[in-house]
Amino acid sequence: MSETNLLEAKCVTMNFGGLTAVANLSFELKKGELVGLIGPNGAGKTTVFNMLTGVYSPSFGTIHLEDELISKLPPYRITQKGIARTFQNIRLFNQLSVTDNVRIAFHTRKLYPIYNSIFLTPNFFKQERAIADDTKALLSLLHLEERAEDKACNLSYGQMRRLEIARALATGPKVLLLDEPAAGMNPQETEELTALIALIREKFDLTILLIEHDMTLVMKLCERIMVLDYGIQIASGTPLEIRQNKRVIEAYLGEEV
Amino acid sequence: MAPLCLIKKEGVEMGLFIQQIVNGIALGSIYALIALGYTMVYGIIRLINFAHGDIYMLGAFVGYFALTTYKLPFGVSLALAMLIPALLGMLIERVAYRPLRKAPSIAVLITAIGVSLLIENLAMLWFSPDPRPFPQIFPLRPLELSGIRVSIPQVIVFITAVILMMALNFLVQKTKVGKAMRAVSQDKEAASLMGIDINRIISLTFALGSALAGAAGVMVGVIYPRIQPLMGVMPGLKAFVAAVLGGIGSIPGAMLGGLIMGLTESLVTALISSTWRDAIAFSLLIVILLVKPTGILGKSMREKV
Amino acid sequence: MTLETKQKKPDGYLMLFLALLILSVNLLLISGKMPAYYKGILGFAGINIILAVSLNLINGITGQFSLGHAGFMAVGAYVSALISIYLKWPLILALLLGAVVAALLGIIIGLPTLRLKGDYLAIATLGMGEIIRVVLLNLEITKGARGLTAIPRSTSIYLVELVAFITVIFTVNLMRSTHGRALLSIREDEIASEAMGINTTFYKVFAFATGAFFAGLAGGLFAHLMGYIAPKNFEFMRSIEILVMVVLGGLGSITGSIVATIILTILPEALRSFSQYRMVLYSGLLIIMMLFRPQGLMGTKELQVREVFRLFGFGGGKNV
Repeated sequence: MSETNLLEAKCVTMNFGGLTAVANLSFELKKGELVGLIGPNGAGKTTVFNMLTGVYSPSFGTIHLEDELISKLPPYRITQKGIARTFQNIRLFNQLSVTDNVRIAFHTRKLYPIYNSIFLTPNFFKQERAIADDTKALLSLLHLEERAEDKACNLSYGQMRRLEIARALATGPKVLLLDEPAAGMNPQETEELTALIALIREKFDLTILLIEHDMTLVMKLCERIMVLDYGIQIASGTPLEIRQNKRVIEAYLGEEV
Repeated sequence: MAPLCLIKKEGVEMGLFIQQIVNGIALGSIYALIALGYTMVYGIIRLINFAHGDIYMLGAFVGYFALTTYKLPFGVSLALAMLIPALLGMLIERVAYRPLRKAPSIAVLITAIGVSLLIENLAMLWFSPDPRPFPQIFPLRPLELSGIRVSIPQVIVFITAVILMMALNFLVQKTKVGKAMRAVSQDKEAASLMGIDINRIISLTFALGSALAGAAGVMVGVIYPRIQPLMGVMPGLKAFVAAVLGGIGSIPGAMLGGLIMGLTESLVTALISSTWRDAIAFSLLIVILLVKPTGILGKSMREKV
Repeated sequence: MTLETKQKKPDGYLMLFLALLILSVNLLLISGKMPAYYKGILGFAGINIILAVSLNLINGITGQFSLGHAGFMAVGAYVSALISIYLKWPLILALLLGAVVAALLGIIIGLPTLRLKGDYLAIATLGMGEIIRVVLLNLEITKGARGLTAIPRSTSIYLVELVAFITVIFTVNLMRSTHGRALLSIREDEIASEAMGINTTFYKVFAFATGAFFAGLAGGLFAHLMGYIAPKNFEFMRSIEILVMVVLGGLGSITGSIVATIILTILPEALRSFSQYRMVLYSGLLIIMMLFRPQGLMGTKELQVREVFRLFGFGGGKNV
């Protein structure tokens, strides 16, 4: 594995019973890259995310993060190793406040022993203050500070998607996986989101893999695009190459590219 | 495997073993009848209807009063013992569960527990907590078949249970109402878009389940002729375990689970000790839940991430 | 709306109010003017608070539906009682050992069963509680259905109060920390929680074991308060009673659990004059309560004196 490869998937396959959701997929993410993963509905894109984050364990193949095998680890270990994600079908902690949603995600980075919280030791206050400060900073970066004390379920759609990103960032990732971050957003919100993704990438020195149907966003942001159809990678290249690729156009027939 | 060793030994013990299988089948068909109500209600509104065991108790009491106080024939008494619990089941659903259809499931569960307690305590108030002898309608004289005793009540119970289950199966599989019931248990919203009256179907499900439990109440009176207001608690729990065992939401699963439960209980009683019987039933449950949480015939569901 | 997180912490007024209440009750106790009957109720209320708050940790805060709390209580009660009877160890040691055994059992049972979700977990824990009861009925040392008699009645009301206090403080402090938030996140969405780097298996087992520990303590206190225990004290209905307290108070609300526990301990006693209608009324009230306020008295909120005033001031209160 070359040194610049941060994440490397080799021949990963995911079978559900008789159905192959992803077949023999290989790819790598270089440090600092922003890569798009596109394909028609049901192409297996979210399944790729689920394998990368350990929600599913691949039927075959391996996934390495910085030369360390992670494809057998449980999801929480993978998050701790530095892969964070957002969910396509938003999965916030609905009954908790926006602040609490983000504070929860600082769990592993600002961990203190359980007895510290029971006996209210100085370390408990120190860590909690750090969590509160960092949470505040993240919320203001994602323009959520005004809703900090609201329940997550009362946010607007766009705000929910941004909270998902804030939460993912709080885990301190090296690789960020964004699953349709612009879904349900209006053009203006999408434009703001595009700028935001560029910003956090700079600020947190991130490598990003992004699933998205909004092609303006994908073409604008991604340096490289992978196309999945029926679980098989049918193309990979620069946005320009993908735009002209015959198989991609075929796969998307009936859908706009 | 204790049972197999016994067969090898002597004819007497082999006879005992088969005898317990006969008893187990009779007991199991009663569990199956109660389990059907649990499984149907759970399948359709995802509620563990804790009051179901008490409906079964009421069935036994309706049968008791019909047979003794009103001296009605057995067939009529059985019909009444199904009809009255059916109406009551519908009433309970209408008053206590329907208003909570959108509430968190734990709230409905607590309500069901409340209903169960209410029925038990009203029954103790009205019928007195003391056990009563259920009238002996069928001769207790056993039929001897090469050393195996099968009592006439056992035969009656088994045949009645089979007829009822066949009728239910026909209703669910072959009629329009049954199709609607299956549709509602699959997807309430879609079913309602197809023009199915959800509330009516849920009502009907409670009626059917309660009628079967009522019948089970009379059946148990026929085999073990003692009834009392708290008789529904343990069989209720165990029938529920049987439903989970077979795969909750599955009608054949409830029948299978009931039979397995009955057989296990009667074999454990004979071969180990009656005091351990309840522990075995629940251990069986935990093992099944760990190995195959959806039960023997249940379908697994994967959460979409 | 915007006060959401602040409302989760009991405020200073409430603490003051509770402190005064506890103080006055204790003054009455010390003065010896409290009739034994009320002392008994006070003891049960304390034990029930321990049980309800610890079950709330499992059910309300972590969202794991457990129906076997009486089982853990039974283990704590029997283990500590046997230690007191046969080994004659000091009360505190007996209580702690009983609680530790209950917690260990919680871990042993929790590890495999906590993979199950919702109703399935509820049934598995129900089964576990029943198995514990049957084992107690059948063992030689537990004397079967007759139960254990002549347990030294060495528990005082003060000790019950102290343990209840510790249970509440423990839970409140835990709730305010990153560990408490981890538990809450499991209740809200287990998959998202895991994606935040939280070891959900550990935290579920932790909640289960901690809940079992306090239930075990409550059981030990019960045994040494009554002087007599039998398997029928720990039947399935006992688990249900505790669950009802938690749900009625509001899942996840500690003060809700406490208020509901006090009401539900006193209510059956107050209804005693109706003798045979007592349980009918109790169950009827339970149904009506759930029909009109399915989220419980407090919802997920905590009781605040300010809020109580506002509630009376506006007559209606806020919706959740």
